Amino acid sequence: MPRIIEQDTEKLIEEVLEIYPEKTRKERRKHLISNDPECTTSTCQLKSNVKSRPGVMTSRGCAYAGSKGVVWGPIKDMVHISHGPVGCGQYSWWSRRNYYNGITGINAFGTMHITSDFQENDIVFGGDKKLEQLCREIKEMFPLAKGISIQCECPVGLIGDDIESVARKMTKELGIPVIPVRCEGFRGISQSLGHHIANDSIRDWVLGKVKGILDKETPYDVLILGDYNIGGEAWASRKILEEMGLRVIAQIPGDCTLNELTNMPRPKLILVHCYRSTNYIARYLEENYGIPWMEYNFFGPTKIYESMRKIAKRFDEKIMEQTEKVIEKYKPIMDEVIEKYRPRLEGKKVMLYVGGLRPRHIVGAYEDLGMTVIATGYEFGHRDDYERTYPEMPKNSLIYDDPSHYELEVFAEKLKPDLVGSGIKEKYVYHKMGVPFRQMHSWDYSGPYHGFDGFPVFARDMDMAVNNPSWKLIRRKAK
Amino acid sequence: MRQIAIYGKGGIGKSTTTQNTVAALAEAGYRCMIVGCDPKADATRLILHKKSQATVMDLARERGAVEDLELEEVLLDGFKGVKCVESGGPEPGVGCAGRGVITAINFLEENGAYAPDLDFVFYDVLGDVVCGGFAMPIREGKAKEIYIVTSGEMMAIYAANNISRGILKYAQSGGVRLGGLICNSRKVDREYELVSEFAEKLGTQLLHFIPRDNMVQKAELNRMTVVEYAPEHPQADEYRALAKKMAENKNLYIPTPLTMDELEELLAKYGFLD
Repeated sequence: MPRIIEQDTEKLIEEVLEIYPEKTRKERRKHLISNDPECTTSTCQLKSNVKSRPGVMTSRGCAYAGSKGVVWGPIKDMVHISHGPVGCGQYSWWSRRNYYNGITGINAFGTMHITSDFQENDIVFGGDKKLEQLCREIKEMFPLAKGISIQCECPVGLIGDDIESVARKMTKELGIPVIPVRCEGFRGISQSLGHHIANDSIRDWVLGKVKGILDKETPYDVLILGDYNIGGEAWASRKILEEMGLRVIAQIPGDCTLNELTNMPRPKLILVHCYRSTNYIARYLEENYGIPWMEYNFFGPTKIYESMRKIAKRFDEKIMEQTEKVIEKYKPIMDEVIEKYRPRLEGKKVMLYVGGLRPRHIVGAYEDLGMTVIATGYEFGHRDDYERTYPEMPKNSLIYDDPSHYELEVFAEKLKPDLVGSGIKEKYVYHKMGVPFRQMHSWDYSGPYHGFDGFPVFARDMDMAVNNPSWKLIRRKAK
Repeated sequence: MRQIAIYGKGGIGKSTTTQNTVAALAEAGYRCMIVGCDPKADATRLILHKKSQATVMDLARERGAVEDLELEEVLLDGFKGVKCVESGGPEPGVGCAGRGVITAINFLEENGAYAPDLDFVFYDVLGDVVCGGFAMPIREGKAKEIYIVTSGEMMAIYAANNISRGILKYAQSGGVRLGGLICNSRKVDREYELVSEFAEKLGTQLLHFIPRDNMVQKAELNRMTVVEYAPEHPQADEYRALAKKMAENKNLYIPTPLTMDELEELLAKYGFLD
């Protein structure tokens, strides 16, 4: 892949920002850079994790979205209460396509929606009594629920309800853990703080508090952390690890049980998929239980082989040998996929804008198909995310942090990508512009894109989007 | 219709002063309504001769929603036809009392409690304007006239100064004005002089100085205003005088709150920092 691209990104940034008032232009300038893969000093880094400019259209979510929607939501055998007025729960109903095994409504509750549906009276008189009642009803209606989490919406924090004491009381009364999560939406500047708060609530209310079951430990125990099983991708990753000879004692949070959460302090190695949303608990486990953690990337064969070998090296000869055998087994299948799709996708330009890890993790998968990612960025990334991104991206490519919809649209107009990969909030604008688009949060109702199972699906979907004949039928506005 | 809000430090005698003044106004033939904006719901006890059980929020909680209430259930008649309503709200330490005030006042507006034949509407508001809810009575379209009840005690003066800051904010964004201070005497040394000078520095007037008299407590124990319980007593005349001044008051001010230094200087002058 060309690791240098011919693109005057600096000039492009200036052009896009031109329309802004001076103050906004100055501030936004710091969030946009032309990539230097060798960047190590602050001069070539961009600014991130600060409040969005008031008035711009941002794609960011809130702390509640980060906790309920991302970290806690997929824990399947617990009931998660959207505590507050009905809207937050209603609009986050169903899930982020976190697939799970189990029977919904009986022993799994992932796509269900429970809310305390605050009314005026609950604001004025407080919602604690209603919350207690709700917990009792959940226990009665769903006797197989292993626990309850209370996901706070904004008003709960404003009126100062004491949900922690409700949680303690109900834990005792109902005999299942009730976990309070203070993820009120007004906290923080994006969903990122919600991830952190959710991590902290696992630390404070699950680890060491909830008794779990794990028969025995083996020297090959690993734990998948931060894989949300979107379209079943954690299953695809798990298969690889198991074929390598490792034992996955928990996959968190995708298709995850409360018991798996209690297994967190038990593995020999923690494998971190989404660093952004789970690094907090990984660091805690490292510091307090001495369990090492490492990041891995199972998008596209190049990165898969690389990550497999990296993981195997943390174990013994037996695992390393087995890993090579697994690679040998799948390589012909992967090569076949590349052979089939690469000629159709070679040289195509991709523009990405996603969330926690994908803006950097899927770059390799595109490159395996001969495509070049010319621009990428995060909704809520921090400095450490970007530091991991610079080396993955070609020199002179564009990197943006929390870009407004205006900025993205103009970048797309000027960069003329052959494919845009982003979310549902962006999708239809690019469809209307006549630009092929794939949702890279939900895999556009497809997937998985992970692992050996996922790559053929990924390649097929990208081909389907880019080479779809219908794009030729759309009349583009003459410029 | 004149809408008046009464503010002041907690326990300074806002409710007592308001009800006695309203009783005197009613006696003089004015039609009045008192809106109690305090979850304790004791702003109408002396007019109704009992603590109101039918507060807007308590009934709303019982029924399920404020929409399920009828105005007649919460708007009660008291001494000389004075209309009384209490917002009610949560017990201390839970929920949001401020939101209760907002909900209650919205309910009163939507259901026509502000009858055109009313001469005065009084809002008796909880001691500290801790949040937006307790500023509801002085928001746009409601009370434009505020009186602060104070005494010569340091914390009462301090609170009055703080409340003036709030009024200043609403004076600039809306049409709210300070009508004056009412001194509910605590028999502090040189109290009249202190509060007069404070009023002057605040850019307003001392509307009336109410002397301390045990008859007020006696009447209160009998769940009545002095005006009703002991109409011949000189203290009743004090309230009549205050009512008359209020009814005739045309002087409305934008307050000039004191800085902390100025306030301390003033208090020092009257011997507080000896």
